[in-house]
Amino acid sequence: MYDEPRFLPAGDRALIMELGDAIEEKCNNAIRSVVEAVEAQNIEGIEEAVPTYRSILFYYDPLVMDFYGITSTLKKLYDQLDVTSGTTGPTLVIPVLYGGEAGPDLGFVASHAHLSEDEVVTLHSSRDYLIYMIGFTPGFTYLGGMDDKIATPRLERPREHIPAGSVGIASKQTGIYPIDSPGGWQLIGLTPLKLYDPNREPPILPSVGEHIRFKPITKEEFDAIKVKVDEGAYQPTIIKVGEPA
Amino acid sequence: MKILRSGIALIQDRGRLGYQAFGMGTAGACDQYAYRMGNLLVGNEHGEASLECILMGPTIEFEEDTVVAITGGNFSATLNGVEMGNWCSYRVNSGDTLEFGGVISGRMGYIAVAGGIDVPLVMGSRSTYVRAKIGGLDGRNLKNGDRLSIGGGNLLTAGRQLDDRYIPTYETDTTVRVVLGPQDDAFTEKGIDTFLNSPYQVTNSCDRMGYRLQGDAIEHIKGADIISDGIPLGAVQVVGDNQPIIMLADRQTTGGYTKIATLVTADIPKVTQSPLDSIIRFKSICVSEAYMSYRQYEEQFKNLRWPEEQA
Repeated sequence: MYDEPRFLPAGDRALIMELGDAIEEKCNNAIRSVVEAVEAQNIEGIEEAVPTYRSILFYYDPLVMDFYGITSTLKKLYDQLDVTSGTTGPTLVIPVLYGGEAGPDLGFVASHAHLSEDEVVTLHSSRDYLIYMIGFTPGFTYLGGMDDKIATPRLERPREHIPAGSVGIASKQTGIYPIDSPGGWQLIGLTPLKLYDPNREPPILPSVGEHIRFKPITKEEFDAIKVKVDEGAYQPTIIKVGEPA
Repeated sequence: MKILRSGIALIQDRGRLGYQAFGMGTAGACDQYAYRMGNLLVGNEHGEASLECILMGPTIEFEEDTVVAITGGNFSATLNGVEMGNWCSYRVNSGDTLEFGGVISGRMGYIAVAGGIDVPLVMGSRSTYVRAKIGGLDGRNLKNGDRLSIGGGNLLTAGRQLDDRYIPTYETDTTVRVVLGPQDDAFTEKGIDTFLNSPYQVTNSCDRMGYRLQGDAIEHIKGADIISDGIPLGAVQVVGDNQPIIMLADRQTTGGYTKIATLVTADIPKVTQSPLDSIIRFKSICVSEAYMSYRQYEEQFKNLRWPEEQA
């Protein structure tokens, strides 16, 4: 995390406030604190804030306030802020069929890490991940805390079609594609759960500040869960804070 | 109105603002200039929804009297077989048929109707976002046989014509202004120089999400990956193959590739309307010059005067 925030221009209607250049819980808490403070103060000219791991994209109206006006206001707000606050929520269990057609890049991730495919699956599914941000597409969770041993660069050329439910790795990040979309992550598995369903309340299953745990399942288990999900009868497993795993 | 043949058309407005923090993209008209001018030509002043057509316009039979204006790309529109001009408003009667033919210029055409197209608001917008299956008509492109209702508009706005100085010409070799950043520091000096001094060609990987261009490789210092952050409208993203992608209305809210520069709002329509194989060049300006271009852009919408208002 930087000592001072950086402000980066992003055209004539947006700017980025960057608090750090790494995925760390402290920085992510600070991001959440800034967004809450900006919302509470209702700063004139700011139209929308898009928080990420370590930066916030602000859309603003330059006819109301320019880059220098916005950045000096945000700087002042940041200096007065307690950036250490931040709570975490329950753990959502995501069943995943790893490898094969469901995870076409598992082999590449394994060879990149000099591990077997099973070892990658064990490392990936043996810890809880904090949901640092939701972005990219509706309900796409960006999770922090993956084991460095299985970090893998993105594809050089993004795929044009990735099916909903795909679980992927990009550098030190892991996440789940909630809708069919293009993308550049290494795909290691597939969940039968729907993270985003516009006809369900709530339409987006996970929330920022909660945790996610991946649970390896067989093809038979996958098919059985999928049937229930399609019927709208599947109840996801949620482990409350303080409950045993 | 009844959609006899759908072409490639979908319902759009200014976009779904305020939900990007949940990963919900804005969608909205790709060419906001043509969309907004179309609305003003038919007397709509509250961000009413229009139809956006991509290279293939629909055939529409009107089931009510209204006023219609075609803006943006010119796809040879006719009303009951008689040629229609772009950038002016026409009185339409129940039973009339609007049809389109070959593409004369541009890529995205807009059909504005007095009162706007009446579909439910989803999170404050009527824009279709196909990837999330929301907005417009069931979150999808129009199909043959669809019926759309039109909000009650003012029929006296027929006969409006946009002054020539407000009508854009769509070039096949165009220069767009950019502000460098947010990640221009991820590129070598040579990379920035290549980006600003080389022509880039529009490829066939272009849609409402983004336009992928091809040209001289833009050199990174350490590679194309960054820790994911927000993607502003008009960002020029350079991915691992060192080629630029201009991010448009259906872009992801966040992404993990370097963004070398961001287009000024006023020049985004030039990209939107650039056909396959045309050339795009980038010119760097500073933030204060970009504000001036934005102010001029917004003033265009305020300076319009119509004949019926001068009576």
